Amino acid sequence: MPTGGTSTVTILLLLTAVLCVAVALAATLGFLHVSIPDVVSILFAKLSGHTLATAIDPIAATVVADVRMPRILAAVLVGGMLGVSGTVFQAILLNPLADSYTLGISTGAAFGASLVIVLQIFGLVLPPVVSVPIFAFGGGVGTLGVVLFLASGDRRLSSTSLILAGVIVAAILSAAIGFLKFLADEQVGIIIFWLMGSLSGASWQNILLLIPTALIGTLVAVFYSRDLNIMATGDRAATSLGIHTVRLRTILLVTSTLMTAMAVSVSGIIGFVGLIVPHMLRHIAGPDNRRLIPLSFFTGGLLLLFADTLTRAVLPVEVPIGVLTALLGGPFFCVLFKRRQQDGKADF
Amino acid sequence: MARQISDPIDDRLWSLRDVSFGYGSTPVLREVSLELRRGCCYGILGPNGSGKTTLLDLLSGLLLPQFGTIEFKGRPLHSWPKKQLAQMLALVPQDFMVRFGFSVREVVEMGLHPHLHRFAGPSAQDQALIDEALVLTGIAALAGRPVTRLSGGEKQRVAVARALAQQPTVLLLDEATSNLDIHHSLELLQLIRQRFEQQGMQVIAVMHDLNLASFFCDELIFLKQGQVFCQGRTEDVLTPATIASVYGVEAEVTPNSFTNCRQVSFRLPVPR
Repeated sequence: MPTGGTSTVTILLLLTAVLCVAVALAATLGFLHVSIPDVVSILFAKLSGHTLATAIDPIAATVVADVRMPRILAAVLVGGMLGVSGTVFQAILLNPLADSYTLGISTGAAFGASLVIVLQIFGLVLPPVVSVPIFAFGGGVGTLGVVLFLASGDRRLSSTSLILAGVIVAAILSAAIGFLKFLADEQVGIIIFWLMGSLSGASWQNILLLIPTALIGTLVAVFYSRDLNIMATGDRAATSLGIHTVRLRTILLVTSTLMTAMAVSVSGIIGFVGLIVPHMLRHIAGPDNRRLIPLSFFTGGLLLLFADTLTRAVLPVEVPIGVLTALLGGPFFCVLFKRRQQDGKADF
Repeated sequence: MARQISDPIDDRLWSLRDVSFGYGSTPVLREVSLELRRGCCYGILGPNGSGKTTLLDLLSGLLLPQFGTIEFKGRPLHSWPKKQLAQMLALVPQDFMVRFGFSVREVVEMGLHPHLHRFAGPSAQDQALIDEALVLTGIAALAGRPVTRLSGGEKQRVAVARALAQQPTVLLLDEATSNLDIHHSLELLQLIRQRFEQQGMQVIAVMHDLNLASFFCDELIFLKQGQVFCQGRTEDVLTPATIASVYGVEAEVTPNSFTNCRQVSFRLPVPR
């Protein structure tokens, strides 16, 4: 790219630094206030295995290391993965309004989770920590399978077929979720709570699963980012530039689905991050996916960390994170959209 | 052109044998056999639905023939690695449209994709190549603008600039001038013609306008209902008889000293 690789590297290093500061700041906030130097030394002690300096309250150490940190890291990783997968979905589907909902993947994950919750209500014995995430994950991946199967009729796997197949499958799944809620009867609250999203249950085990998924998923997306740019000029033109359009779409859809499903399985449904992040960044940094994908990770991570810290430590009552992102993201999106309409051209 | 035509086998770039293709049960192309030489500018002509674009899609490797074989440089087309093929074949599609606001320069730079290693940026030489393509197509002043904000004609010139940056052996044009006014059409065709004469690349152009084809092409291939009606040098095949059989219109073909090529005028057959 003509702007040079160095400036991109500088920006990424800068963002990494900003993210570290944000993580440390978020760890200080909460019911129990812990100072930044204390947070740093607690984390340093935890990571290096040294014993903690005696000046620090052991309760604070436990709260920071075992309660706040998993949740904070989960917010960053989930937000980052939602941001990256949103960018990839929009680039593949050639649609700036696409996200994991467009293909029914989030709805599929929600269906999987609702199903297992209802099964438990009816007496199926499973450890809930294991079953809900696994079913959510399976629901998301399974939905992609069905959508790919439906859309592959035209052999080219065109974005129109994918979106149509996704919308149909999502509609069916929404109805099924409605039915599951009806079955759950008085205990419908458990499903609703899960569907609104929450990071409060995040544990270090979750983080151990999220880190490799986020890392591999983002790297795969970055690896194919130049091909993804060329896809924006249409299938014919992309093929003539040596791109396996069907193979590229399949690889990237699977990768983004794995990221979305993993995120959803930890946090429940969190909307708008995957839609807003790429949208906003395209306004600021242009449409080049080689920049956009890494930027989406950091921006998504920072946004969700901000929203989660807001609901965890600032607001008097903990608002479900999915509701908060929709309430913050929705109006913001309206402003972006209106401005675009006034410009008169679809200039994404 | 001062190229020496030695062995005709060596000069053969494409050979299509009994190629058939259809969507579902509707045949689009039936038993098409063609030999296409290096250093020649071909025009593919025919009425709507005669299979012109499908033929071009088969040549670019977007579609696979259901029957018959396509050989490129003596090797089955589908056995060429895609990337290697993209270093030799460039396509200018009919309606070049870009989603997302990439700048004109970014889009032209995509033409280098098959020549660059995945993580390599363009070298100074590559940058010069992009500059040249931008200047040749007359869009250098638009280099920083988002393509989504260009007019149809400007976009089409971006597509041509990208194809030039791709440095192909074969340039495939799919009605590349159908959205352009006469000035821009002539300008673009002349530019391609000049590049073609300097570098001896092959051009295969699907065209609608017979007069532009007569100005631009050395040889014409007429398609009718998915079959090759005739193929030959422009002056030999562009005749009232061919036009009447292929398009069902009456035509007069006259050498024109003003344009220095044969020009066609048409009318619908007078009912008797």
